[in-house]
Amino acid sequence: MVSFFTNLINGLSLGSIYAIIAIGYTMVYGIAKMLNFAHGDIIMIGAYISFTVITTLKLPTAAGILAAILGCMCLGITIEKVAYKPLRHATSSLAVLITAIGVSYFLQNIALLIFSSNPKMYTSIIPFSHMIIQIGAFRIQTISVVSICVSVLLVILLQLFINKTRPGQAMLACAQDRGAASLMGISVDRTISMTFAIGSAMAGIAGVLLCSAYPTLSPYTGAMPGIKAFVAAVFGGIGSIPGAMIGGLLLGIIEILSKSYISSQLSDAIVFSVLIIVLLVKPTGIMGKVIQEKV
Amino acid sequence: MNAKKMMALALTAAMTMSMGAALVSADDAVWKIGMIGPLTGPAANYGTSVDKSAQIAVEEINAAGGINGYQIEYRGEDDELDSEKSVNAYNTLKDWGMQILDGCTTSGCSIAVSEKTKEDKLFQITPSGSADDCTKYDNVFRVCFSDPQQGIESAKYIGEHGLAKTVGVIYDSSDVYSSGIENAFKEESANQDFEIVVEEAFTADSNSDFSSQLQKMVDANVDLVFLPIYYTQAGTILTQAFTMGLDTTFFGCDGFDGMLEMDNFQKELAEGVMLLTPFSASATDEKTVAFVKAFQDAFDMLPNQFGADSYDAIYAIKAAAEKQNLTPDMSIEEICEGLKAGMVEISIDGLTGTNMTWSAEGNPSKEPNVYVIKDGAYSVAE
Amino acid sequence: MNRKNKSKASRDDRLTIVLLLVAYAAVMLANSAGLINSHMNGMLVPLCVYATMAVSLNLVVGILGELSLGHAGFMCLGAFASAFFSKLFENTMGVFPRFLIAILIGGLVAGIFGFLIGIPVLRLNGDYLAIVTLAFGEIIKNVINVLYVGRDSAGLHFALDQSKLGMDKEAGELLIAGPQGITGTPNDASFTIGFAVLLISTILVLNLINSREGRAIMSIRDNRIAAGSVGIPITAYKMRAFTMSAVIAGFAGALYAHNLASLIATPARFGYNMSIMFLVFVVLGGIGSTRGAIIAAVVLTLIPELLRFMNDYRMLIYSIVLIAMMIINWNPKSRAWIQSHLHRKKAAETAESDGREDA
Repeated sequence: MVSFFTNLINGLSLGSIYAIIAIGYTMVYGIAKMLNFAHGDIIMIGAYISFTVITTLKLPTAAGILAAILGCMCLGITIEKVAYKPLRHATSSLAVLITAIGVSYFLQNIALLIFSSNPKMYTSIIPFSHMIIQIGAFRIQTISVVSICVSVLLVILLQLFINKTRPGQAMLACAQDRGAASLMGISVDRTISMTFAIGSAMAGIAGVLLCSAYPTLSPYTGAMPGIKAFVAAVFGGIGSIPGAMIGGLLLGIIEILSKSYISSQLSDAIVFSVLIIVLLVKPTGIMGKVIQEKV
Repeated sequence: MNAKKMMALALTAAMTMSMGAALVSADDAVWKIGMIGPLTGPAANYGTSVDKSAQIAVEEINAAGGINGYQIEYRGEDDELDSEKSVNAYNTLKDWGMQILDGCTTSGCSIAVSEKTKEDKLFQITPSGSADDCTKYDNVFRVCFSDPQQGIESAKYIGEHGLAKTVGVIYDSSDVYSSGIENAFKEESANQDFEIVVEEAFTADSNSDFSSQLQKMVDANVDLVFLPIYYTQAGTILTQAFTMGLDTTFFGCDGFDGMLEMDNFQKELAEGVMLLTPFSASATDEKTVAFVKAFQDAFDMLPNQFGADSYDAIYAIKAAAEKQNLTPDMSIEEICEGLKAGMVEISIDGLTGTNMTWSAEGNPSKEPNVYVIKDGAYSVAE
Repeated sequence: MNRKNKSKASRDDRLTIVLLLVAYAAVMLANSAGLINSHMNGMLVPLCVYATMAVSLNLVVGILGELSLGHAGFMCLGAFASAFFSKLFENTMGVFPRFLIAILIGGLVAGIFGFLIGIPVLRLNGDYLAIVTLAFGEIIKNVINVLYVGRDSAGLHFALDQSKLGMDKEAGELLIAGPQGITGTPNDASFTIGFAVLLISTILVLNLINSREGRAIMSIRDNRIAAGSVGIPITAYKMRAFTMSAVIAGFAGALYAHNLASLIATPARFGYNMSIMFLVFVVLGGIGSTRGAIIAAVVLTLIPELLRFMNDYRMLIYSIVLIAMMIINWNPKSRAWIQSHLHRKKAAETAESDGREDA
């Protein structure tokens, strides 16, 4: 029983990191209508930025987190301006998807050249001596608690931002109808930039949390969590922020439980099978809206 | 748009032709040794280490007068850990005029390329291609231990030294090296006085979290966890094991070496970890110290066991060539035959072993060392 | 479509076939004149493999209008099925009939899976369909990675763990060795056979596009609801295109497997990364244009190889080139500029086809 709950908490912890990444994915998808395949690599860059600030420059942890968030924000805005904006009006939405893949290769290779291929051990934002919380027979990693709390907090803040503030409303308007939004005096360019800024800032936070929990940092660290988070975003219904949260948490739990109780060799296959079954039962994901198509 | 694409195609074709023409002239008076390994992609740290160590060995040999008085020219090519790219890299090196191949770094690529070297009758020595099939042909030798050898030696050591009664294994089921050792270890464990009670896998697609595998080790209360994996995952596994309160012995193989040299590694995590490896960068013998210093001076990073294998490979080539009095003006086939004969006659003291000798099947015979990490440094285990 | 349009379409297709034949003849001629070095010579079969994959995926993405991110999975199935067959009959059959059957088996197995996977997948739309194909691709790779198959005097043994294989270790032979995959597949592929596979696949796809069925499939792409309302059986046609695409991917896989002695499924090889690479071919080639897809496959496969002299900067340059090519090719302004400067006459025509490409 103890081990079941430990597994569940480990699953929640992994899932909450997937959730934060998935929220970034889903926001960008909702407003810019594109799958930003480079999102996972922005996470990796965020982790390297905070690693450099905390470990190499020996600055306080808070400075490292802040640097990661700001660095990723600037990176996200720049990528959008340079690589995605020229293709916003391309005749096929696939064009920008491929460019995103190009950006992903670019970020991986630039990190490879700067930081070398040898992995680095990330210093957790939780000091070594405080890494564990022990309650009776339970041992919980502090970082698990932190990442779960952070992900819940971020979802609440984002929902408040979108529903209660003017820029948030502008984002919502752009998501629904870009043309109508610009007719209402909303600057679509600025709104999309802002979306990338927020999404990338989330990637920065995700990078810090991901590497604090799983400390091996290499230029390819972000790729697999990125694609899993993409799966989570679709799982929850792409475009929906609460959906991304639920999708991420479920994916983490399913992954850990299938490894623990079915087969650790075939856990990837099991996770993806569950995803397929869910999508067959509910073809737009758990929280996705069914949009009635009109002729 | 079509016209533009045709132009691009024509341009590509022109480039291809011009490259072909440029590569014909080659100076016959030097040795041309090539290397293949992943220099980009997720396995780049292994290939880079092999590449840079070979460069160091070549520079040393050239400074000391070369092989039989001839200088060596060296070139490394990237294969991105992919068999097809590896064959492309091989063909590139062939066009360059390569006579001897130090490669490939990984097993799958090495197997694919050995098919080509056999056809071309070109001598191949793989520093770290550990799968059994790598040395299937008689023109291929290797420097590292084979996977089954490592699995068997590890099981024997654990059994003979009574390290454990119950053993748990975590391995990478999508990796040739890791599953190769695991299979042999399991087989040999039947002859030993311990039992494998938990056997857990991970894959290249889910190699960031190990909590569920480690939880099983906690539940089964194993005496020892055998980790036939690469050091890149070691940091995460040891950190998670620490936070989960898993307080047992960890036992790794040569892929585990390199852990202590990772940037910012928490050395207290590795306290008591044992590993069976022919090389460690923290060893204090003269050769290793000199090599590690040269490597650090040149590249500002520490070499791992892959690099040591590659360094030894170059010296083995030198020894075998000198034994048979080979010169670079011979044909590739003559050099290959000569080196094949030379390899079984030589005995060299390298970084990865003393008195290393080779069998005609291409396998090295050397003593595996078991190290234990004490106070953040390797020391030889009793 | 009126008759004039149709004849234009088939003229365009004939041009594609002629260009392919010219390219083949040029390569053969250059090769016999000794103009091609071993590096490029070794690339010939892989180029055919990737061009065939581009043709295959273009059928799904460009013609059917559905995004598939799992095509490497079908190629993987074709590769393993055909290599397994060749290993089984390595010593009992002649090279040519064995390889021919191996290619057909590769296509057949991939086709069967394409059909089975298509049943659930094609009910979905858009990104959901994409993610499910991605999931299937990853499942295939994961399962193949843990599969062990051995053969001894008692017949074949299958297991997910080498120790449970129950095979006679001494006399038996391991055919599929888990992560090590299949080792020692006979090297039967040659440029001529590879080219034949590419040519046949291209003709199959072009014929489909120009047939009544093909027009029905494209009408589904352009407007599913309108197509359904005029009585086109949407699912049946989608299934046909998807299965055919899988069969062609299986052919390409068989070709790939018989060109290398080591067949391994890794994240880079047969994972989603590779599926995405095929998608890059199709999109850069112009989505829907078979000829464009083939050219893009050839160019994008050659670039990283030709950049070998750049050493460490090779893949970085490749990514920059990729981004630049995408922006130049797809930015509406640069597109208009290219059209007005390079082929003024065709501008109107391309504008029309642009409308068609917008899936």
